[in-house]
Amino acid sequence: MSTQANRRNWGARLVLLLPYLWLLVFFLVPFVIVLKISLSQTALALPPYVPVFDFAAGWAGLVEFTVQLSADSFRLLSSDAIYLLSYLKSLQIAAISTIFLLAIGYPIAYGMARAPRAWQPPLVMAVVLPFWTSFLIRIYAWINILQRDGLLNDVLTRLHVIDAPAAWLSSDTAIYIGIVYSYLPFMVLPLYAALEKMDETLLEAAADLGCPRWKTFWLVTLPLSLPGVAAGTLLCFIPIVGEFVIPDLLGGSETMMIGQTLWTEFFSNRDWPVASAIAVSLLGLLLVPILFYERLQQRSLEGGR
Amino acid sequence: MRRGASSFNIISVVLGLAFLYLPITILVIYSFNASRLVTIWGGWSLEWYRELLHDDAVLQAAWISLRVAVLSASFATVLGTLAAVALTRMGRFRGRLLFSGMVYAPLVIPEVITGLSLLLLFVALNADRGFWTIVIAHTTLTMCFVAVIVQSRLVSFDRSLEEAAMDLGCPPVKTFLTITLRLIAPAIAAGWMLAFSLSLDDLVIASFTTGPGATTLPIRIYSEVRLGVKPEINAVCTIMIAIVAVGTIAASLIAKSGTARRDRAALGAQV
Amino acid sequence: MADGGEAAQNNAANEKPPLVRFEAVTKRFGSVAAIEALSLDIAHDEFFALLGPSGCGKTTLLRMLAGFETPTEGRILLDGEDIDAVQPHRRPVNMMFQSYALFPHLTVEGNIGFGLRQENVTRAEISERVTEMLALVRLQGFGRRRIDQLSGGQRQRVALARSLIKRPRVLLLDEPLAALDKKLRAETQFELMELQRRLGTTFVIVTHDQEEAMIVADRIAVMNHGRLMQVATPSEIYERPNSRWVADFIGEVTVVEGHISAGGAMDSALGKLSVAGTSGAKSGDTVWLALRPEKIGMSSERPAGELNKVPGTISEIGYRGDISIYKVRLADRSLMKVALANVSVRGNALFKAGDLVWLSWPPDAGVVLDS
Repeated sequence: MSTQANRRNWGARLVLLLPYLWLLVFFLVPFVIVLKISLSQTALALPPYVPVFDFAAGWAGLVEFTVQLSADSFRLLSSDAIYLLSYLKSLQIAAISTIFLLAIGYPIAYGMARAPRAWQPPLVMAVVLPFWTSFLIRIYAWINILQRDGLLNDVLTRLHVIDAPAAWLSSDTAIYIGIVYSYLPFMVLPLYAALEKMDETLLEAAADLGCPRWKTFWLVTLPLSLPGVAAGTLLCFIPIVGEFVIPDLLGGSETMMIGQTLWTEFFSNRDWPVASAIAVSLLGLLLVPILFYERLQQRSLEGGR
Repeated sequence: MRRGASSFNIISVVLGLAFLYLPITILVIYSFNASRLVTIWGGWSLEWYRELLHDDAVLQAAWISLRVAVLSASFATVLGTLAAVALTRMGRFRGRLLFSGMVYAPLVIPEVITGLSLLLLFVALNADRGFWTIVIAHTTLTMCFVAVIVQSRLVSFDRSLEEAAMDLGCPPVKTFLTITLRLIAPAIAAGWMLAFSLSLDDLVIASFTTGPGATTLPIRIYSEVRLGVKPEINAVCTIMIAIVAVGTIAASLIAKSGTARRDRAALGAQV
Repeated sequence: MADGGEAAQNNAANEKPPLVRFEAVTKRFGSVAAIEALSLDIAHDEFFALLGPSGCGKTTLLRMLAGFETPTEGRILLDGEDIDAVQPHRRPVNMMFQSYALFPHLTVEGNIGFGLRQENVTRAEISERVTEMLALVRLQGFGRRRIDQLSGGQRQRVALARSLIKRPRVLLLDEPLAALDKKLRAETQFELMELQRRLGTTFVIVTHDQEEAMIVADRIAVMNHGRLMQVATPSEIYERPNSRWVADFIGEVTVVEGHISAGGAMDSALGKLSVAGTSGAKSGDTVWLALRPEKIGMSSERPAGELNKVPGTISEIGYRGDISIYKVRLADRSLMKVALANVSVRGNALFKAGDLVWLSWPPDAGVVLDS
């Protein structure tokens, strides 16, 4: 028995170690580094921050390192209104987009789940296909449509809905359109997965007990699809908060979303500590929803076993 | 759930799909537009495709993107599948919570954060940034998607098939390789394709982790796009869309024809 | 009473040492004991059935023999050797799964020949033996078919062929007929019996269907809550159950409670009953008399003779086509079940509900039980 177990353990350990080590090195460690840099000071150097942790400096180096840590970046974040507004705007846009996504995605997912069996795989493929064609391309496609001399204005003026071309681009509206468009598959697919798994006979039972169709939906279908709703909501809300590309290409220059702020601090201002501080605080902000999402995944894992 | 899709259901699906495909269709059409302006239709033309062929920068970037995508997708598939196996088959082990947390987190954490953190790692390691740092970064991001797909397939896998194989004399490892992996292969392939397209498409993480001489296609497109719409970009995009569309449709047709061929063979044997 | 003397009783079935021996096997899942200190012998060339209600541990026992579960305590011996260290893929034991577990990506031939391909058997020989197997299960010509093209009965036969081709010492069958309809099930039961007789392999079948166990098995082990209740031939279990639980689990029965009186008779609420043996119980002990419905006679007049007789009123009639089960309410408000064959052609029952009748049985018709 012990030889069996030993042999199995060895192979098992290898299967686990490979991805585990990879993730530790390339996922966890980087986060620690971000934290460390958020506590550093900007400098005109390469890399553009002090203190730089020198492994070779040994214990003395560690002490000096700790002494030089500063919470300056964090103080900046809490004092300057720009950052606060950026956070708030991101949360606002994320929340509203998620609501839109839910409102638009649910009927689509529901319609897909009710389609004849044979049609469902092609439907799923149809929903997923745009997702596999470049994200950037699709946002870019919207620029085509929304720009001043773009298609939307063209159609609207021809239909006499408006007199002069309106500025659709560089606005919050454009951001909402872009976000809803890009994240729709992320909302539809988890919803569809949850709805598709539902037992038909439950609906039949409800009808048999005298429930009209709309009520059955409200009392049976909706509650049972809640795990899918939760998954879709979190899968959209969390990344949207940190979105960069969409507000950058489609949005205006008034208030930036927090993703843009981070990007600007890093690339334009070359202020790595502040950028890191933004990343850390963003992560802290999102920690609760992220943990929620992890819990959901754990539960689905357990359910399967 | 499948009986009686109401008209509301049908309309929602149709409208939804229309919404999804409209911008792409417009973009494809306008890549053939002889005129530069979107509002003016100048007739069908392949001019922008011709210009594209001479645009070395874009072609270079496309080649780099392709190589990065193939490499990172392959690494990600291996690592992601291993992670999925570990999560579904190994029960409770020390550090499991941390592991599954790390596996699922990249799915939701905003890319600016993961991009920044990876860049800072490379700087701390004094690594030369360029082709391989992007490959590493993409592998890390996409392996999680692969893990999710493979894991959900593994969870619903009928284990009595494994028991039957072992009962008939197949050692456990051989069983896993020849039976389990063989039967979940479509999920693994789907994982590879997803990782491939995610890598091909990624802008944010590539921007953070790139170096001189390693401009990927999205980075190239992005810098052009900031200056406004350019018809050559329409052409590039259309080509990329065509490749993905053809690839996916071909893949599903191959899968279907495989079964059709076997059906015919079986029927033939009967006669 | 289970265990203890069972080992000796088991061995009486066959002179040779047992093929399979479970020695005080306990299996715990967490804190729950699925099997409790179970000892059992299974002989060579025997069709053995594990019978019991859901959750009694019969499938767990089967899986331990196959190697998919390991005993928490105790040993399992195959041909005298402890097989605990032997992994499932090395055991000379094959299993036919309840869900058949046919490999969807292989053809019928591929499935059946799978076991042989794991050994060093030449392609030619594999092909030959697969053809042999197909003939044995009457699926000639089906070799090239894909699994999803087969009906339920055909899949079952492929699963059977696949599990027999390696000529295992023991064939395990996990509720193999559960998915089949009644007629097909009956046919397959006889096919299995014939197969077992022909091959001489020991078959161990797990089933919750007592009729099935009685038909196919040479011996049955009745289990409940992880323990053996009785291990015996079908007729012994039916005619001589060793406890009320077994008597009640198999077939229909009426149980009458009472005490042994001084003269070796039984005192009960129905009066003094004469019995043919007290199975070791002494005067004053509480005992139960188990009466099978077909052993009781029913008449409208008081029968003469030395029989036990009680009057009653017919409360309910359960018509089953070949027989009818009559529930008769006796003087002490208890119900006694009587089975009569429906001999009358035009369905004119001799008795109707509400009729006053006399029930009678000879002293040796019932079994006296002390537990």
